[in-house]
Amino acid sequence: MNTTLVKDTKADKIFKIFLYIFIALAVLIVIYPLIYIISASVSDPTAVNSGQMWLWPKGFTMRGYNVIMDYKDIWRGYGMTIFYTVAGTIVSLVMTIPCAYAISRPDFSGKKWFTIFMLITMFLSGGLIPSYLLIKALGMLNTVWAIIIPGAVSVYNIVVTRAFFQSNIPWEMQEAAKIDGASDFQIFFRIVIPLSAPIIAVMALFYGVGMWNGYFGALVYLQDKSLYPLQMVLRQILVLQDMQQGASTGGGVTASTAELMKQRAELAAIIKYGVMIVSSLPVILIYPFLQRFFVKGVLIGSLKG
Amino acid sequence: MAAISPAETLELPPKGGVKKSKRLFSVKRLKENWQLYVLILPAFLCILVFSYFPMYGVIIAFKNYMPSLGIWASPWVGFKYFSQFFNSYYFWDLIRNTLGIQIYGLIVGFPLPIILALALNEMKDGFWKKFSQTITYAPNFISVVVMGGMLIAFLDPSTGIINHGLGMLGMKPIAFMSDPRWFKTVYVLSGVWQGTGWGSVIYLAALAGVDPALHEAAIVDGATKLQRIWHINLPAIVPTMVILLIMNVGSLFSMGYEKILLLQNPLNLSSSNVIATFVYQQGLINGAYSYAAAVGLFNSLINAVLLIAVNQLARKVSETSLW
Repeated sequence: MNTTLVKDTKADKIFKIFLYIFIALAVLIVIYPLIYIISASVSDPTAVNSGQMWLWPKGFTMRGYNVIMDYKDIWRGYGMTIFYTVAGTIVSLVMTIPCAYAISRPDFSGKKWFTIFMLITMFLSGGLIPSYLLIKALGMLNTVWAIIIPGAVSVYNIVVTRAFFQSNIPWEMQEAAKIDGASDFQIFFRIVIPLSAPIIAVMALFYGVGMWNGYFGALVYLQDKSLYPLQMVLRQILVLQDMQQGASTGGGVTASTAELMKQRAELAAIIKYGVMIVSSLPVILIYPFLQRFFVKGVLIGSLKG
Repeated sequence: MAAISPAETLELPPKGGVKKSKRLFSVKRLKENWQLYVLILPAFLCILVFSYFPMYGVIIAFKNYMPSLGIWASPWVGFKYFSQFFNSYYFWDLIRNTLGIQIYGLIVGFPLPIILALALNEMKDGFWKKFSQTITYAPNFISVVVMGGMLIAFLDPSTGIINHGLGMLGMKPIAFMSDPRWFKTVYVLSGVWQGTGWGSVIYLAALAGVDPALHEAAIVDGATKLQRIWHINLPAIVPTMVILLIMNVGSLFSMGYEKILLLQNPLNLSSSNVIATFVYQQGLINGAYSYAAAVGLFNSLINAVLLIAVNQLARKVSETSLW
């Protein structure tokens, strides 16, 4: 719609100026904190905390990253998160893709009741406590299964995937295969799956990023720190550390604890921006290349509303 | 769904065709489709166990749950925990905080993605448009823990960049994280920062579907850009707006735990204590399972009622509704 043959009027020119100012402002507001974090992660913490560093690195140092390199909890958390993300994504895909395919089939007799069965869970849920008691009763508390299995199926993602199958894989083709004697399994594995790379990629990204960024399941279901995913370690460094710092000004603490807390606060100041970067790095690195897949996921979902 | 399946109208021969039977379950149809049933089995079991079983477990809200007795054998107490909750001094505080944060978020957060999408849509395709989109979508992929860490770091009264900025403007530092009056703003605006770009994706998709002929005709008639946005683009995304508004209003009471638990501290509790965090605190920290389950059930019921009511309303006043 920008290929206008008619020249821009004066009003349109003014509009364009405002448009670009608005977009530039939006981009600046988003990008500034991100640049700040990157710069702060390689700057002298004193310069950061005093406000001297406000855009580009000041007092360049890699000390923060050196401390992070030696911080065992972070790397153990990293390992656990990679495991949760890979295992969780695989389990989720195995549950989501076949199920979505089955209910996309117009001739599937279980389609209707199963769809209702799924949609009910979008309105009603038992809530946090009954879920917790269930996990406990199943003996999954404090095991990796509690992170991987309970949230493996997202009804929303099934609905999105079903929409993809309905609009991208012609039913006539599957029907022809069926007449030729192909079983439903054969149709699914030999015809549908090879044509479904885009939706599998989209779902893997949705589930994968969700798993990478989530911490609440671990907070509720895990006590054993060696099972903590990265986000739980981050929470300790970024959120809880700061609370201790805040508490230390309350007075009433002995000198040695005060000293200890000061040291801890210093440590936190050095590494906090670095850990934000290190923990987000995989997502930051893949995001620009896979942006179109993420967008595609939203669009497929919106088609069916 | 109906549009894609000519098979249903074509009346194919029995082999491989569809026999429409009135009954929902029949052995014959089960036999015909058994492989498809196998395909839904994993998801079915997962939803059955992890979504439906907790719905059964929620009966502990009406019982005095004792872990040694289990769910079923624990004694019934009826609506005891519900009335305890309704009569508690914090009941209205929790409701006010939950709704306050959510409505604030809706008012500020709902229009912005629309405006951003309308603006991005006016940009010429090319590097800058792509760049603007990539940057504005990016915060959506930042984890909630990192987001919480950023807020705590940026808003610190003595070391945070925001307060250094305020100091430059000659203002006194503000203790954003420990002042209850600022909590809702911090929560909502950080959500806006994180979600606006990604929220515009769905509107951009709707805008891509606008017929260029409409714009061409309007240009010939001498319409300015602003007029075209107002009279062509905006109406094109109204259905999307209505659906998203329904979903947002319908989920006013379904506030997540993740972000607010990170930002909550004893000092801002008077405005950060919401139903979700209360359930977490009572149930998982204090071990008052039955009471917390009752509060959670109350929350989930209002939620369902609200969503149905809003949908009904939307169907009445406009053509668009969720179902």
